[in-house]
Formats: sequence, structure tokens, C-alpha cells
Amino acid sequence: MFDPYLARRYPTAARPSADAYRIKDNVAIVGIGQTEFSKNSGRSEVQLACEAIEAAVEDAGLKTEQIDGLVKFAIDYTDEMHVVSNLGLTDVAYFGECGWGGGASCATILHAAVAVATGVANYVVCYRGMNERSGRRYGRVPGAAMVMTAPNDHFGSLMPYGFATPPSWVAMFTTRYMHEFGATPEQLGAVSVVLREYACRNPNAMFYGRPITLEDYMASRMVVWPLRLYDCCVDTDGAVAIVVTSTERARDLKQRPAVLLGATQGIGTQGEMMTSVYRPIISGLPESWYAAEELWRVSGVKPEDVDVAQFYDAFTPLIPMQLEEYGFCGRGEGAAFCEGGDRIRLGGELPCNTSGGHLSEAYIHGMNLISEGVRQIRGTSTSQVENVELSLVTGGLGVPTSAVLLRAG
Amino acid sequence: MGMEYIEGIPLLRPYTDYDNKGFWDAVREHRLVFQRCRECGLIVHRPRPMCPRCLSTEREWAPSEGKGRIYSYVDFVYQNASYPGIKVPYVVVVVEMVEGVRMISNMMDETAEEIYVGMPVEVVFDDIAEDLTLPKFRKIQD
Ligand SMILES: [Zn+2]
Repeated sequence: MFDPYLARRYPTAARPSADAYRIKDNVAIVGIGQTEFSKNSGRSEVQLACEAIEAAVEDAGLKTEQIDGLVKFAIDYTDEMHVVSNLGLTDVAYFGECGWGGGASCATILHAAVAVATGVANYVVCYRGMNERSGRRYGRVPGAAMVMTAPNDHFGSLMPYGFATPPSWVAMFTTRYMHEFGATPEQLGAVSVVLREYACRNPNAMFYGRPITLEDYMASRMVVWPLRLYDCCVDTDGAVAIVVTSTERARDLKQRPAVLLGATQGIGTQGEMMTSVYRPIISGLPESWYAAEELWRVSGVKPEDVDVAQFYDAFTPLIPMQLEEYGFCGRGEGAAFCEGGDRIRLGGELPCNTSGGHLSEAYIHGMNLISEGVRQIRGTSTSQVENVELSLVTGGLGVPTSAVLLRAG
Repeated sequence: MGMEYIEGIPLLRPYTDYDNKGFWDAVREHRLVFQRCRECGLIVHRPRPMCPRCLSTEREWAPSEGKGRIYSYVDFVYQNASYPGIKVPYVVVVVEMVEGVRMISNMMDETAEEIYVGMPVEVVFDDIAEDLTLPKFRKIQD
């Protein structure tokens, strides 16, 4: 990628050779756990997180006291001390957190994998618990009655203009994406409709039993033009936890392991938290391109080998944009790829977000997408793709991001 | 016309620090300036301590022509997904300045129906409160 702003080609840094990448084949996801997904959990985020962790440990066939590593989202209010105190853990020797909201999702797996591959920890749990519907909603900005100063130059350059909410930030990229490539609302609507179809087969989904048509999509309320209500994910209360260990230990555990071929992070130059309008191209997601290039490099896999994908989908345009950045189609072709929906449906070229994704299953900051990526490997999805060998999951967008590529173990 | 602010919910004020103080000081005097590298001449926005091209920390404030084109924009139409202190509908724009940098801002008067990607604009200064002036934009002839 050539960056006209810096007059430099990326990546410039010398990366370790793919042979030196010790995560590949040696680390696996062996447990997934979750609470119910709802509009009002009726309990604390700490409790949600601990319930999901217990469920994931049980799913793996482990005992809770065997957990010796924890990786959290920086944005998560449930810190390691809460988890250790509630679950009575005594052997946690590795803990840390990953930044950038949903960009942290697959990054937690990378950080856990690094600990496992280097012998720092045996069983690392990654978790995210949030009362995002009944508690603090990201889409709502609290209005203060007194004059207040923005917390930093980033917000100080947005908020005085009322550029205040996640849908508006993604809408800014979307306007440009539609302008440059002629993407249409109907093409974005197809994403929304297909993901709702998947959700209607998934009893755990927030929108189970509530199908929508393209007409419903077009008629849904405009939130921040050009984004409608059905372009936006579903605010959710709930938690998800994932257990990571070595592929060798995985052999003695309960589930078919989802072996990591790669776990990567990406960060773009001239970026900001969801408002990277200053860089040369805003109709794409450079962070995703970095994470993708690194993923294909360390795994040795090509995009066309992937059987099923869970793309971070806080908003519909992010799926066509990622299809491009991850190399499933050319630049500007993502929206056309989604048109009509057949290529992302079951039986299509690349079934996407088969649990319903953030748009229709639940919005647990990318972690429920990892669970679904694992279920596709195990053969237990409610929209199971046949003979899955390779399953891709991606992390939050418009922010420094992350990705994992899983293979059947 | 123009944006309608809701009384009792003041706008969040810009944050000033070592790096951006010159920008906001100039805005208060109704001047638009951008940070320019003294070594290689690269103009950047938002302000920052180091030139990303040549890594120099020597920088100066270069006056802007104040002209540019709409690069992208959004229309806030649903109050619950908007800034509580501003009445919907209101437009937020990204303007690409002739200097090559982009700015986030508002249109002074024009509504979403009246603007388009590529529309030529120039800066105007909106004195919103005693302690708050914002650079905004208005349409000009091509
Ligand atoms: Zn320079």
C-alpha cells in the first residue's frame, strides 16, 4: 500500500520470517462460553463475565482453578482483580489488556496465544462482559449542564461540531465509499437482511424469530444519513469468554480444537478512534489491510481458501469494506459482492457472520464472532457451513484492529 | 438558518495542549492556520509534536487560504444518535483544504440537501459563546 501522505510504501519495517511465527499450529481455542444475550441482564457486568468464563472452562473440560492467564479488553470495567476474586483463582501468572474497543477482540486471542506459545501460561481466558443495552450505551452522548472541556485533542476536534456518535463516524466513511464506488443502500441492505436470516436460525440471537425484508430495511428510520437503523448493530447485555491453550494440551480436552493458523493486529498511520478522516483514503480500512496482510503471510493461506468468515459488523458497510481489505474481492467491489446476498449466504462463495453477527445476534464487541468462528470449526453452528477447514474472524473497525484464522484440529 | 443549539446543554469545549494551542488561539482571532514542518514543509492537521515524514519537531503555524471542498459529510437526523446540545437535523462535514489537509467542521447555513461531495467552500468563524469560536464553512462559487 502506497501512502501518498508520507510518500512511502508500507509495510516498511522488517518483519520476522513466517517460520519464526510460533503461534501457527501450536495454539488452539478449546473452550467457548457465553451468557444469554438480552436487553437487560439484571445483573452486574462482573457477574456476566464470570458466568461466561465458567461456561467456557466447562465447555473445554477444564476446572476453573486451572486458569492461569487472563486477557481483557481495556474498555472492559471488569478487571482481573474482579475475576480472580470472584472465581477464587490462585494461579493467575499472566494478565493484560488490549485496547481500542472492539478492535481488541481477536487481539485478546493473539495476546493469549503469545503467552501459551512462549510457556508463560497454560490456560488463558479472554473475556468481554457488557451491559451495553441497559447500562452505558455507546450511541448516546450524555449532555452536561455545565461547560466542560473535551478530554483530549481527538474529542476536542469532533465534539464541538456535534460529530459525536459511532454511527456518525462510520457514516462519514460510508458517504465517501458510496461516492467513490457507487455503493447503494440496497447493497448494504442485503447485508442486513442476510445476517437477520442467520439470526432467525440461531435461538440465542437477539433477533431470533424476527426476519426482515429489503423493504423493511429501506423503510427503517434514518439514524445518521446515510446509515439507517438496520445498518446498526444491536446493543446487547451479555458476556462471552474464550479459552486458549496449546494444541498439545488440547488433545486431552473435551472439544475438537480450533487451531490457530494466525492471530494478528493492524494499526494504520494517520488513524484515530473511528474518525480517521485525515488520511489519504477513507473509503477503506487500512488497519484491516495490515491485519489481513500479516494474517495471510504468517498462515501461508490465501483468501480463496477460507470457508467461512465472521467480519466485525458494528455497521453494515464494514462487511463490504473488509471483503476488500481481506482480499476476497477487489477495491470498491465489496458492495457489489453483497448485492442480493447470495454470495454471503449459506452455499455462497463466502458465508459471512453465520450467527447473525453484531447486526442481529448480539453485540459483544467481537467476542461472539470468535465463538461462532469456533462453532463453524466444530460443526455446531446453527447455520453450519459444510466441511469447514478454515474459519476467519476479524476485530473492530475504524480503530486499530485484529484478526484470527482457525483451522480444524 | 444555521445550527440550532439547545440551551442548558453547552457544547464540549476544545481541549488545548502544547501542540494545538496555536491553532485554537488563531481561531479565536478569526484566522485559520495549520501546522507546517520547518524542515520539510509538510502541512499536517491535527497538530502534533513530530513531522511524520521527516521526524522533525521544528514546526510553525502557516496561514491557510481558508478554501477547500467537501470531501464527505453526514446528516444527523435522529436526536438520540446526536450531540444532545444541538438540535437535529445538522450536518457534519469533512473539508479537504487547498493546503491538502482535512478538517472536521459544520456548514454555517447549508442543509444536507444543499451540499454534495466536491462542493467548494470557504471558512467562516462562528462565535458561539464568550469562550468558544469554531471555524465553519459556507458554499462559494466554483
Ligand atoms: Zn518534516
